[in-house]
Amino acid sequence: MSRLEVRDLWRGFGGVQAVRGVSFTLESGDLLALIGPNGAGKSTCFNLLNGQLRPDQGSVRLDGIDLVGLPPRRIWALGVGRTFQITATFASMSVAENVQMVLLSRARRLFGLWRPAARQFRAEALALLDRVGMAAQADRPCGVLAYGDLKRVELAMALASDPKILLMDEPTAGMAPTERLELMALTAALVRERGLAVLFTEHDMDVVFGHATRLLVLDRGQLIAEGPPDAVRADPRVQSVYLGGEP
Amino acid sequence: MSFLLVQSLSGLATAATLFLVSSGLTIVFGVTRIVNFAHGSLYMLGAYLGWSLIERFGGTVGGFWASVAAAALGAGALGAVMEVGLLRRLYRSPELFQLLGTFGVVLILQDAVAWIWGPEDLMGRRAPGLKGSVEILGQPFPLYDLMLIGLGPLVLALLWLLFTRTRWGVLVRAATQDRDMASALGVDPARLFTGVLFLGSALAGLGGALQVPREAVNLHMDMAIIVEAFVVVVVGGMGSLTGAFLAALLIGQLQAFGILVFPQITLVLVFLFMAVVLILRPHGLLGRAEDAPPSAAAAHAPPMVAGRGVGWAALGLLALLAALPLVAGDYAVILLTETVILALFAASLHLLIGLGGLVSFGHAAYFGLGAYGAALFVKHLGAPMPLALAAAPLVAGLGALAAGWFCVRRSGLYFAMLTLAFAQIAWSVAFQWSGFTGGDNGVLGVWPSGWASGKAVYYWLTLGLCAGALGLLRRAAFAPFGYALRAGRDSSLRAESVGIDVRRHQWFAFALAGSAAGLAGGLYAFAKGSVFPTLMAVPASVDALVMVLMGGVQTVSGPLAGAALFHLLETQVMRATDWWRLLLGLVIVALVLLFPKGIVGFLAGLRGRS
Repeated sequence: MSRLEVRDLWRGFGGVQAVRGVSFTLESGDLLALIGPNGAGKSTCFNLLNGQLRPDQGSVRLDGIDLVGLPPRRIWALGVGRTFQITATFASMSVAENVQMVLLSRARRLFGLWRPAARQFRAEALALLDRVGMAAQADRPCGVLAYGDLKRVELAMALASDPKILLMDEPTAGMAPTERLELMALTAALVRERGLAVLFTEHDMDVVFGHATRLLVLDRGQLIAEGPPDAVRADPRVQSVYLGGEP
Repeated sequence: MSFLLVQSLSGLATAATLFLVSSGLTIVFGVTRIVNFAHGSLYMLGAYLGWSLIERFGGTVGGFWASVAAAALGAGALGAVMEVGLLRRLYRSPELFQLLGTFGVVLILQDAVAWIWGPEDLMGRRAPGLKGSVEILGQPFPLYDLMLIGLGPLVLALLWLLFTRTRWGVLVRAATQDRDMASALGVDPARLFTGVLFLGSALAGLGGALQVPREAVNLHMDMAIIVEAFVVVVVGGMGSLTGAFLAALLIGQLQAFGILVFPQITLVLVFLFMAVVLILRPHGLLGRAEDAPPSAAAAHAPPMVAGRGVGWAALGLLALLAALPLVAGDYAVILLTETVILALFAASLHLLIGLGGLVSFGHAAYFGLGAYGAALFVKHLGAPMPLALAAAPLVAGLGALAAGWFCVRRSGLYFAMLTLAFAQIAWSVAFQWSGFTGGDNGVLGVWPSGWASGKAVYYWLTLGLCAGALGLLRRAAFAPFGYALRAGRDSSLRAESVGIDVRRHQWFAFALAGSAAGLAGGLYAFAKGSVFPTLMAVPASVDALVMVLMGGVQTVSGPLAGAALFHLLETQVMRATDWWRLLLGLVIVALVLLFPKGIVGFLAGLRGRS
């Protein structure tokens, strides 16, 4: 049984079939890149996996449990963490408090009315922030952080629930080139340390070919190639999708 | 059979007026994204202007219709002035500011109209040429109403032509869909919006002027029509003209037949209908499922930090307040009692707005439920004060639990409209169910037990209970519960993706805020010795919003300062003049324009700068 098993996923919007029969598996230790030109269906695919959209057809199984039809927060509770293409943090809270919220949620203490939230799970939050290199900024408000730092906070928030798999939608979008490589190196290290399975989308081919263990190539809603980076790079269909020319 | 037909026709005539007003409201909303509370006031102004003109010139057919048209243009002109002077500065403000700002205009116009035309109801003359009635299956039906029935579809058709066949209409629709893109393409949005306000307000004025031959013109027309127009616009789908037409037809029929079947709850019926529609079709009958209007409050939410030493400062303040009756006279103690009660009321609303980003326009419902709960326990069961006071937060909390279940399903403006609807339901019940609630006469003789009958003793009791409740609310704000509420407001997408059930937190917050308001209401009932339906009316909810706004949305202590200041203004300044609505309206408009962060926020900003 695979960690994540996606079978024959379909989803249309009106007359447009955005995702057409996508199937793949994800195992612990994978750093799987989902690539494809704009409009290929990457984001739709992601939103089908995390429960934001419901597939018209197909199944998504995490350790054998069907995720289709569950709301995002149930899917999260089963062990699917995520980061967003456009960062989404709690802007009115400090960096540490953002991570503490996730820890409180995991411990099911969100309805606590008495003990101050800021004093709960602080040490754990700081440890996670240390791992992503944000400990020094733990008490700054999230609303004032630089973009790259926000991405790190999101990563710490995703890790706080100790997920089995991590979905990262364009984790390095909007970052400087050196920051991109740092973040991906950090992600790769986390995959090794924690036995995580990561699925990410990405436009930057340096990032993709530098760090992914496997690639999925999506074009017009269909998977057209799958495999290790070198094999995918050599695939003529992939080249034609990216470089134009005759298929 | 013929009776039912005539009843249905009179429903259609009502629907025509309702559509005229609602179409203006929905057009203005579609373009500016502002729900204009003052729309009903423009309707009222149209009626008064129409009355004056018709009295002078309305003897002939031509004079009558020219008067109606002139009244509509007058209301339109005022709408345009309002856009330039007020709305234009509010387009990017949180919806709280927009609703409050336009409500300020409601208050100002109420007093202005009363000043010009006087407080008496005015009977207008009948429309020349349409005075008689026709026989429909043996039943008489007024010709004038028949004309109105035809006018509704005619206006819809004209508006449709305007928006699809003229350059101006197409530009307005473009700006509706994407304001920034339209201005990037060289359309001057300012002029366009002024024009739209003119059109929408003129439609309201037209609706008002056309009422002159049908009913007495009076000072309550504004609130009566705006609440109904809200329902029509929300049921039809905000921004949809055809939807408004359809909804007006449905609601006209509902009112015409509702009065036959359920004469006791006619007022409740339309709001129940709206609640049902919103549950079945969340965006209204013909509304598009677009992104919820963004809560601008969330975007600018600053960090909220528990200040050091706040506990000691609060204890000091409490000791000072407790010592005051030793030196202050009875009147001052009564004033203090009311202030403390209002502070709890404002703080409970702040829990929703400040932490949850949920702008409730009907929070007075729960204050009123608590007050009525306590009063009715005393009146019907002869309960002693402590028992009645314990019942107050329970009754209000249960009411909030029920209403909240519906309200938190929607966000932003729809949430505000739903809370308003539930407050109107509560108000209607208190107003119409006179056998149980005393109706308009309220419940009298709700006095404290013997041991607490001294003004100072009751003040200490109030202070103790309110301080306790405020302490709990503050604890909750900084506990995980309050943080989870803020998380849902900051980014509901992220909150849901880390396992936070945003809706359930909002629901509980609604119930918690409701029961705190209920406690305040119960204390208020015993402080005053009586309760009236006005405790739950829209202006009471707005008072609470003004208190929160005065204190600043972003600070936990703000509402307390806001309540104190508001009550001081209300009792010392406004009640000293006959024109307190005008004053309050001006205060609200000034607050909205000058202190977008509230007074405490403004002072904090000054301190930060120096």
